[in-house]
Amino acid sequence: MKAIVNIYLKEGVLDPQGKAVKHALGSLGFKDVEDVRVGKQIVLTLKDGLNAEEAKKEVEQMCEKLLANTVIEDYDIEIVQ
Amino acid sequence: MKVAVIRFPGTNCEFDTQYAFERIGAKTELVWHKETSLPDGIDLVVLPGGFSYGDYLRSGAIARFSPVMQAVKAFAERGGYVLGICNGFQILLESHLLPGAMKRNDNLHFVSKFQYIKVLSNDNKFLSRLQKGDILNIPIAHAEGNYFVDSDTLTKMYDNGQMILQYCNAEGYYDNPNGSVDAIAGICNASKNVFGLMPHPERACERILGSDDGIKMIEGFMH
Repeated sequence: MKAIVNIYLKEGVLDPQGKAVKHALGSLGFKDVEDVRVGKQIVLTLKDGLNAEEAKKEVEQMCEKLLANTVIEDYDIEIVQ
Repeated sequence: MKVAVIRFPGTNCEFDTQYAFERIGAKTELVWHKETSLPDGIDLVVLPGGFSYGDYLRSGAIARFSPVMQAVKAFAERGGYVLGICNGFQILLESHLLPGAMKRNDNLHFVSKFQYIKVLSNDNKFLSRLQKGDILNIPIAHAEGNYFVDSDTLTKMYDNGQMILQYCNAEGYYDNPNGSVDAIAGICNASKNVFGLMPHPERACERILGSDDGIKMIEGFMH
């Protein structure tokens, strides 16, 4: 079982990397990009046979305690069997 | 005065920090991050600059869980003085001993240079030897010094004199090397015993280094 955690800066928190990537895309001629947010993905391999719902709860705690800084970051979790 | 300088794997400013505090007459002791308690009779704990745990995940995010941080937290909660410089500041933010968080510098560069900073509030032990509006020339060296805090907390921190240092130019006017909210360079907690700043006072402790303004800052802890 895997947990895929996506972490990105909260809406309203200016994303310096996203801004730079948007600028670079613009100068390459990609004119349709209105906004870019750069985040990170953390893939956790969990023990097989866990209850998906409980696993998600545990990963939520991991996010709150370590993986994300909830002052500036949001996260979402996807459990993949 | 007895100063504990905490050393994490990846810390690199611990000796400069010891040197600066010994210059002003303090006794210093290096404390390895695996220690579960602080030495007896400590007056100040300094979390020096560097790249603790290689800045993995986020700067300061892993160091926060080092055993010694429990002791530092307890020390701060008892009213003990704690100073975080650069990576030390980031660790204090991640530990929630100080409000807010750090983002990548807005220009995405590692910025390493002398930078003027201005005293916003001296109603605290750290900057008590300086006057409001004093301008200091202190090196900065960081990639994640873009301080962020939500606007409600920001207002409260101003009201309470917790915004203590601000980046500026030589004349004291606006300059912002990293995109920090209101160009904030240093803060303290509500009870004014935990301090964090991105500039490195320990790198400005002798004229031959380009500035001795750092001494004027850290001297506050001696009085």
